[in-house]
Amino acid sequence: MIWVDTIAQGILLGGLYALFASGLSLVFGIMRLVNLAHGDLIVMGAYLILVLVTLLGISPFLAVFIAMPLMFALGWLLQRYLLNRTLGDDILPPLLVTFGLSIALQNALLEGFSADSQRLPTSALTTASVNVGPITLGIMPLLTFGSAVLVIVALNQLFYRTELGRAFRATSDDATTASLMGIKPANIFATATGIAMVIVTIAALYLGLRANFDPNIGPARLIYAFEAVIIGGLGSLWGTLLGGIIIGVAQTVGAAINPEWQILAGHIAFLVVLLVRPRGLFPRAHD
Amino acid sequence: MALLQTHGLVARYGDFQALFGVDIMLNEAETIAIIGANGAGKTTLMRSIAGVLRNDAASVLLDGKPIGTRPAEEIMSQGVAMVPEGRKLFPSLSVEENLLIGTYGRKIGGHWTLETVYDLFPILRERRHSPGTALSGGQQQMVAIGRALMSNPRVLLCDEISLGLAPVVIKDIYKAIPQIKAAGASLIIVEQDIAQAIAVADRVYCMMEGRVTLSGTPDTLSRDDIHNAYFGAGH
Repeated sequence: MIWVDTIAQGILLGGLYALFASGLSLVFGIMRLVNLAHGDLIVMGAYLILVLVTLLGISPFLAVFIAMPLMFALGWLLQRYLLNRTLGDDILPPLLVTFGLSIALQNALLEGFSADSQRLPTSALTTASVNVGPITLGIMPLLTFGSAVLVIVALNQLFYRTELGRAFRATSDDATTASLMGIKPANIFATATGIAMVIVTIAALYLGLRANFDPNIGPARLIYAFEAVIIGGLGSLWGTLLGGIIIGVAQTVGAAINPEWQILAGHIAFLVVLLVRPRGLFPRAHD
Repeated sequence: MALLQTHGLVARYGDFQALFGVDIMLNEAETIAIIGANGAGKTTLMRSIAGVLRNDAASVLLDGKPIGTRPAEEIMSQGVAMVPEGRKLFPSLSVEENLLIGTYGRKIGGHWTLETVYDLFPILRERRHSPGTALSGGQQQMVAIGRALMSNPRVLLCDEISLGLAPVVIKDIYKAIPQIKAAGASLIIVEQDIAQAIAVADRVYCMMEGRVTLSGTPDTLSRDDIHNAYFGAGH
């Protein structure tokens, strides 16, 4: 029975990794931009929620709704006035600029908040659990997984049921021809990054409630996000969720065998999938 | 006043100059044909008018106002639409989504709606949920034309709409031109197929090596004039 419990915990952990990865997947899927600062932006989101909680004395679950529009605006401006300038046939400029952004963010957070680790204030909810048959599931991991599924359902609805979604897909296919339809690719890319930052904020909430964070943990979150995106197939949102689950299950199973193997098991699962399906489990048909 | 005009239009790709002072004029309710061999600069002229290539402000005029430096999305919102060479359908969009993207961000009134486009090309109604790129070349061209029409343009730029299509399909596509004109659009048709272009045009411009070498109405241009302007007098 311990294995059922281990796998269930892994699936729920996969929800957190899917949240880390969804924003990255969205941005890559639309503009082929690999944002190396993604993990640091998640950490920055956690600090923003912490500041709001401290200043306003409100619950993190309330603070996240104030943080989301702020992060959207930051993402929109970042893409519109910095990252759009790096897009083109050469993939190196966006990598260099987002790498620089990552370092700048880490140092700014160190300067502003010190290297001390922080945590969002917890409540009874964070330690509550529910019995499902023979296994016990934490409310917080369930909320995290539910949020990941909701985010992916919402993104799919946005992509396939709205005019903005059509514009996202058209611009992703061919930005020049999209501009002949009256679409402004620069604004579409900025909106996509804004939405990615809203997801980053949700990921930041659960990161901050689940564990301690400090200015230097961004790159490790980026690696989990990358692995989930690549396992799922670049640009596939449901694939990203599955990628997160595969890493989560591999980590919990690895930890159950030997606690030292937890992180390594996730990376090995990633390498195995990469070996068997180099383009991921659900690659886009027309890349 | 001309609806659309180019004045001494010059275009370059890096160091390579593709257009050398091109002057053309399109009047309201008129169809003009731009003919010329490969490399004559026809597509570059279309891309310059559409704003894909930027020019001097006053080198392209719409309603007498300079638009040469405006980006494509702004020019399209002023009533210009383009059927690009090679159709350029969006692979991740269905036929119907490809048509709907032609109205992006705008509430557009006018003759052309999904229903009237489907009436013009009935096969598209049957294939509305198929991926745009799963269609035959002729059907894809119909989608590309329908997509441009969805914005109810005043000026429709058609770049090589017969390229790579079977003669019977070309005939079907060209059958739609009178209906498009009747709905109020003025057209610039770029073609290598001289006979087809001349059959629907009110005026013809012939281009060679980035310059207009001949212009006139179809009935005033002789076969030899066109031949010389198309290939050069030495041929």
